Amino acid sequence: MSMHELTLRQIASGLANKDFSATELTQSLLARIQTVDPQLNSFITVTEELALSQAKSADERRAAGENGALLGAPIAHKDLFCTQNVLTSCASKILSGFKAPYNATVVEKLASAGTVTLGKLNMDEFAMGSANESSHYGAVKNPWDLTRVPGGSSGGSAAAVAARLIPAATGTDTGGSIRQPAALTNLTGLKPTYGRVSRWGMIAYASSLDQGGPLARNAEDCALLLQAMAGFDPKDSTSVDQPLDDYLAALDKPLAGLRIGLPKEYFGAGLDARIGEKVLAVVEELKKLGATVKEISLPNMQHAIPAYYVIAPAEASSNLSRFDGVRFGYRCENPVNLEDLYKRSRGEGFGAEVKRRIMVGTYALSAGYYDAYYIKAQQIRRLIKNDFVAAFNEVDLIIGPTTPNLAWKLGEKNADPVSAYLEDIYTITANLAGIPGLSMPAGFVDGLPVGVQLLAPYFQEGRLLNVAHQYQQVTDWHTQAPTGF
Amino acid sequence: MQWETVIGLEIHAQLSTQSKIFSASATTFGAEPNTQASLVDLGMPGTLPVLNAEAVRMAVKFGLAIDAHIAPTNVFARKNYFYPDLPKGYQTSQMDHPIVGKGHLDITLEDGTTKRIGITRAHLEEDAGKSLHEDFHGMSGIDLNRAGTPLLEIVSEPDIRSAKEAVAYVKAIHALVRYLGICDGNMAEGSLRCDCNVSVRPKGQAEFGTRAEIKNVNSFRFIEKAINHEVQRQIELIEDGGTVVQETRLYDPNKDQTRSMRSKEEANDYRYFPCPDLLPVVIEQCFLDEVRASLPELPVQKRERFETQFGLSAYDATVLAASREMADYFEAVNGVCGDAKLAANWVMGELSSLLNKDNLDIEQSPVSAEQLGGMILRIKDNTISGKIAKMVFEALAAGEGATADEVIEKKGLKQVTDSGAIEAMLDEVLAANAEQVEQYRASDEAKRGKMFGFFVGQAMKASKGKANPGQVNELLKKKLES
Repeated sequence: MSMHELTLRQIASGLANKDFSATELTQSLLARIQTVDPQLNSFITVTEELALSQAKSADERRAAGENGALLGAPIAHKDLFCTQNVLTSCASKILSGFKAPYNATVVEKLASAGTVTLGKLNMDEFAMGSANESSHYGAVKNPWDLTRVPGGSSGGSAAAVAARLIPAATGTDTGGSIRQPAALTNLTGLKPTYGRVSRWGMIAYASSLDQGGPLARNAEDCALLLQAMAGFDPKDSTSVDQPLDDYLAALDKPLAGLRIGLPKEYFGAGLDARIGEKVLAVVEELKKLGATVKEISLPNMQHAIPAYYVIAPAEASSNLSRFDGVRFGYRCENPVNLEDLYKRSRGEGFGAEVKRRIMVGTYALSAGYYDAYYIKAQQIRRLIKNDFVAAFNEVDLIIGPTTPNLAWKLGEKNADPVSAYLEDIYTITANLAGIPGLSMPAGFVDGLPVGVQLLAPYFQEGRLLNVAHQYQQVTDWHTQAPTGF
Repeated sequence: MQWETVIGLEIHAQLSTQSKIFSASATTFGAEPNTQASLVDLGMPGTLPVLNAEAVRMAVKFGLAIDAHIAPTNVFARKNYFYPDLPKGYQTSQMDHPIVGKGHLDITLEDGTTKRIGITRAHLEEDAGKSLHEDFHGMSGIDLNRAGTPLLEIVSEPDIRSAKEAVAYVKAIHALVRYLGICDGNMAEGSLRCDCNVSVRPKGQAEFGTRAEIKNVNSFRFIEKAINHEVQRQIELIEDGGTVVQETRLYDPNKDQTRSMRSKEEANDYRYFPCPDLLPVVIEQCFLDEVRASLPELPVQKRERFETQFGLSAYDATVLAASREMADYFEAVNGVCGDAKLAANWVMGELSSLLNKDNLDIEQSPVSAEQLGGMILRIKDNTISGKIAKMVFEALAAGEGATADEVIEKKGLKQVTDSGAIEAMLDEVLAANAEQVEQYRASDEAKRGKMFGFFVGQAMKASKGKANPGQVNELLKKKLES
């Protein structure tokens, strides 16, 4: 097996057995990125020097007797995690030349666990999008079909892992931005409970919804990565001070007695019936493993998209005010006065989708509209949360499709942003409620991957990884690689 | 027409925490630009605020001191607007759920009566940085040292009816925050700033007139002048047939006038919404109890105690309780001399004028409370007269002795109380002024009264002020009448 085909777990044993060194592995992957990535455009920055020095230090630590599961493991970060002295662009022109002066907590934690950072990954500009087409650095292509989108906003993370450029990557999920691209590229991706992973150094899109998490080829690798990423951080007031579960230990729990709920709202109009069938096939497999299944209802799901597209843009309109051309990033040429500086720096620096959401959010918060939009959306959010709390009184896990459709053609939805917004319909409820969600491979339709979504109560990431891992022990969808990669 | 002035004040008090409200940077005034600005203060992408618990404690202290309702939860909100010295493009403040709810503060007016001023609310917020418009060749410099400094914005009800009342209210707030140790009250450095909302209405009218807000007035004197000027401007405007427009105005102390800064129409829509980076702050009863137990004696309580315990007049008690340092000094003097009225007179009289003359705070007084108390003891036991005491006080101020006793001894200022010696001296004085003695004895009661002072003056002059004035009076009367 070539080095690039190895999972994180396999890499750990390869390094432990001295089959290869972290440096050899890093050099090999750097070379592969250089030759393969031009077709995908998944990296914005390749941090060759940093990677080689981290690999060298990982080899030294291992030689000195350390044996961490991630020591020498190559990864890359979505380009909204701040990385010290490395371009951190959010895939936006407005952060041109912005080298972060500090590391995000997630970056710091993974680095101290010994990971090797190969670079920074492409994404939708400021994580706003479901296709990775809004990047200032150009669209990312889906390795399963280069004429199709990889999903977004963590599209670069998904494409790079799916194409075996890296075994795993960080992503962030505000409305589905880890789970949806994972589904469209045949990966396992986890959005943790809100507050489980620190947001310090993760450039905000919508603060009350954003959550960092792993994308990898299987649940076990997600568990490895999450174990190192998660945990309380005093620098993030919304981070939760609760002990971490042992996610690896949770993987092997048998599923006997697991109560699964199928929300009827997830199988209605708008869903590609072929995807629905794949989801039901997963459920059948889990039943064989001992799970019981019942239909449940999440009655307020229909309101989720309008609520999300008020709350997220409202927060974004404020979060993105700091990009003003004054202290960092892009500044327009020859501003004639302050207003001109603001208008042109922001007008030229932000892309169309970002501007659209800033305008929507500004409108929703403005005097006279705040109650009708923002307050109403928060009320819906509460109802959605209540729906989940009620459902989890009856079942341990909720299963449904991750996306209503397969990966679509590049450019296909550009003229109609609302049709792209509707792609988030199954994922955004977890962000609104703050619960954890995972997408895992469930088979293929027309040669394109299908994802199934698992949702669990607060802080039960371990349960999600457990169910996905058990499923992956009896299926091999997740091991399939796109042709040519 | 008779006009009535209506004033409401917004006071920004800078809380004297060691670090900023949402970051660990220091808050020291006057540091080199941008040396006290952390990643958070600079509004770097990805940074997040963490609330300073001490700022919460200080705000709660204030709330308890003004008898305010402290809600079980308060919420930070973002106030969105663009300005170069506002790094994040929003100010983190509080809107719908402030930490301190409705309370009140009693102020003492010049005539000695007290008036209760309602306080609508007080909320926590972060300060902005500073824009520096000079020395940058057509550009502006930004100093973010002040960005993130904790402020308590104290909003009064429109209960104030004159510039003098406004000043009395600001002074009372100033004293209170200093008593509580939550603000240094340094107005020159901007630690306490005041926005004045001013309107006028015909006397007897129930509705308020249209108000103008005068921003950032930074001294007691300017508050009075700015309000008086604004009231005059509004009255003249209305009497000339114009109308007051709702707007923000700036006071220019050099020209003693206010000028328009921006109208209501130009005002920002701040798009307040709860800050998603901060959780609601929960105030538990046990925390309230703990803070309440830690409160010092407050100005009002101290004033009342000074009146009842020491029998001071309302005016004296108010002046002495106005600052914690003044009150402590007075109590120390009284502790030494045991005569509260004399102590009050000396602290408010000679000591205050000495401090005023040299522009000193009471903590910098060249005469210590122990020295002054020791001197008053010598007045009480007739070692020196009040007049001589002023000389002793000046000598102490000039450092010419460690104690009053040492000064009295060194300068030979001890009062003469020996009746024989005084009588002998009086005999000489009367002999030297035989003609006046004759006139005195020939005069009626009314005239004698006036002339008596002349003999006292001569006698005190002859004794170089050292003769006991009481004895001089008594013996002189006896001799002249005999």
